[in-house]
Amino acid sequence: MTSIGTGYDLSASTYSPDGRIFQVEYANKAVENSGTAIGLRVKDGIILAVEKLVHSKLLIPEANRRIQTLDRHLGLATAGLLADGRQLADKARDESANFRDSFRSPAPVKYIADRLGSYVQVYTLYSSVRPFGISTIIGGVDQDGPSLFVIEPSGVFFGYHGAAVGKGRQLAKTELEKLKLSELSMRQAVFEAARIIYLVHDDSKEKTFELEMSWIGDETNGLHVPVPKDLLAEAEQRAKAELEDFE
Amino acid sequence: MPDMVTLPHSSLSGKPQQRQFNPYSENGGTILAISGADFSVIAGDTRQSEGYSIQTRYAPKVFRLTDNAVLAVNGFAADGNMFVKQVRQRLEWYRHAHAKDMPLRAIARLIQTMLYARRFFPYYVYNILGGIEEDGSGAVYSFDPVGSYERESCRAAGAAQSLVQPFLDNQIYFKNQVPRPGHPHPQHLSLETVIQLVIDSFTSATERHIEVGDGLEMFVVLAKGSPLHGLENFDGVQEMTVTNEGERIFVVRRNLKRD
Amino acid sequence: MDHFPTNWGRPRNDAFDAYGTYPISQRPYNGPTTDAFSDGIQHTQQPIVTGTSVLAIKYKDGIMMAADNLASYGSLARFKDIQRLHPVGNNTVIGAGGDMSDFQYIQALLDQLMIEEFTEQDGHSLGPSEIHEYLSHVMYSRRSKMDPLWNSLIVGGFKDEKRFLSYVDLLGTTYSASTLATGYGSYIAQPLLRKAVEGNEDVLTEDEAVKILEQSMKVLFYRDARSLNKYQIAKITADGVSVSESRSVETHWSFAEGIRGYGAQTQ
Repeated sequence: MTSIGTGYDLSASTYSPDGRIFQVEYANKAVENSGTAIGLRVKDGIILAVEKLVHSKLLIPEANRRIQTLDRHLGLATAGLLADGRQLADKARDESANFRDSFRSPAPVKYIADRLGSYVQVYTLYSSVRPFGISTIIGGVDQDGPSLFVIEPSGVFFGYHGAAVGKGRQLAKTELEKLKLSELSMRQAVFEAARIIYLVHDDSKEKTFELEMSWIGDETNGLHVPVPKDLLAEAEQRAKAELEDFE
Repeated sequence: MPDMVTLPHSSLSGKPQQRQFNPYSENGGTILAISGADFSVIAGDTRQSEGYSIQTRYAPKVFRLTDNAVLAVNGFAADGNMFVKQVRQRLEWYRHAHAKDMPLRAIARLIQTMLYARRFFPYYVYNILGGIEEDGSGAVYSFDPVGSYERESCRAAGAAQSLVQPFLDNQIYFKNQVPRPGHPHPQHLSLETVIQLVIDSFTSATERHIEVGDGLEMFVVLAKGSPLHGLENFDGVQEMTVTNEGERIFVVRRNLKRD
Repeated sequence: MDHFPTNWGRPRNDAFDAYGTYPISQRPYNGPTTDAFSDGIQHTQQPIVTGTSVLAIKYKDGIMMAADNLASYGSLARFKDIQRLHPVGNNTVIGAGGDMSDFQYIQALLDQLMIEEFTEQDGHSLGPSEIHEYLSHVMYSRRSKMDPLWNSLIVGGFKDEKRFLSYVDLLGTTYSASTLATGYGSYIAQPLLRKAVEGNEDVLTEDEAVKILEQSMKVLFYRDARSLNKYQIAKITADGVSVSESRSVETHWSFAEGIRGYGAQTQ
């Protein structure tokens, strides 16, 4: 240990002398290596979009989804380790069901984000476990309208108008900042989200990718469902066209 | 609703009575099975009732289990349906484990085990299993609700058992019939005779028992290589055979009086 | 042998019934009235706030069902705006008679079931036959625990161009037919429904179906003291599910004046 000069990165239960938890930071590295995921909170709903990198041509299209449904009104997109995302979604479904059992009403998005944040945080406390290697975007529409949260591997969560995680998050964030999110309609936001995912995708380094998109809001009667095939195709077409103009 | 029974504490009146949920009901109907040398006929009416009410005119009580086994269940319908479901699941597991259908006598023993396992909360169901044994002979097994069973050549059960069984004893076992000298009773009855006996049994039971009627379903199981015995001439006959092992199953449906 | 499983395992009083020949109803109860746990567990209950009949028929375009808006507390008409026809998904309606709190529990159960199915996002959805199968297992397993959900349920639906109509109750008993009725409806309305519907399932129009149910609900209101002249009609067709606003039928009670014990006595 002494020969390396630092042994503070072997366990999530140990701080480094300057107060950092390296295991959590490494978890963030796992997120940074993953395809970008973005979320848009607009006037009447939420759009989730994911740049799903396809690492093999043998994979069935639309397999290994990174956007999951938690409840009628809740969706989640992850960047990082796919399996960790599945585990967290299962937990989120439990939480949502428990809330319904207790209060006979759909859970607020913030409540689910809070519960998941606490759950993720627990994995930063023990030497026997590994922190979640994902950043999670949770979107949903509840009594107070649409809301969007991001949970990081540390367990911290914030609410956003627009969120981006994964490899292309910096560029995606600058693009999101240019939008007047609170004035966009869901339909317009679908086009913007597709454009951003296509923009941040690095053609030179990565091979192919699939655009995965879902939405929740007035357009879908408050249900979290995939964006319809024809609309998705149109959005992709426009995104490609704009990218060519840009270049 | 006859769902509550009153349990009298004693013959003394004036004491509080305990009311308890009664998990059983009786849904009427009658079932019947007869075996021949190389065939088996398993039949049941399709009326389901509770008290004086007909719940439905078509609720099957006779079920194809495999290509050589048919099970008829009678008594409490909820128990019966659930029991058939569980037997079928066990047969499917057997198929996955052994890549063949379970033989008839093994199904019979399985049913006894499953019934006896619930000895202290029984399935309120009388079972009759019919089919073809591994040696190619037609067979009928009958069970009581807790699993006592025996192989017989004919059996009636259910609401009209007391009407049908004596008729069968007379016509199948030739009870109280004295053969003419030089003309002994036949060892085996033909399929045609058996089917006619079954139809007559049910039309008679329909006449005299209010819980029997509406429809009749007769399953006929034929042994490997057995001829059709004129079965093809029955109108409305439908083949239910699934595998290619040689045994064949047919179902014949008839209307019974609906009053 | 005693062929009645209900008697098995219960001691018989030899002094009173030496040969076990008494009918069950007259047989003395000699078993313990309480045991060490009887204060702790009281599974066997009774319905408290109850709904009465549910009616359902097949017709040309699908299934039509009716149930009134009353939830009774014994003979007290306690809640007069209760909906007893409950849509589940886009192809199914369940109608409930019996205990209303158990029915609400069933609604919550089905709601969670449909959410679990929805979150799979695999393009499948549960139709009426799956929902009925699920309910029959729930009802049967609860009766087997001697802790029944005290309801008679009718499941009506339309999916993949097929009508579905089936029944399940607190015992787990199931059946289907082209007309179904629960509670008093099974005695009073069922004969009327059968007369009007049997053999006409494929020709009855929506208007005719409504008329048949209206007439039956009227007869039930005249004769069933636990019914209310305020009811809803649900229809399930290829276009999906719809449950009507509450409605009522016109009734005439003047004949009652002539009935001894109701109107003024003339002699």
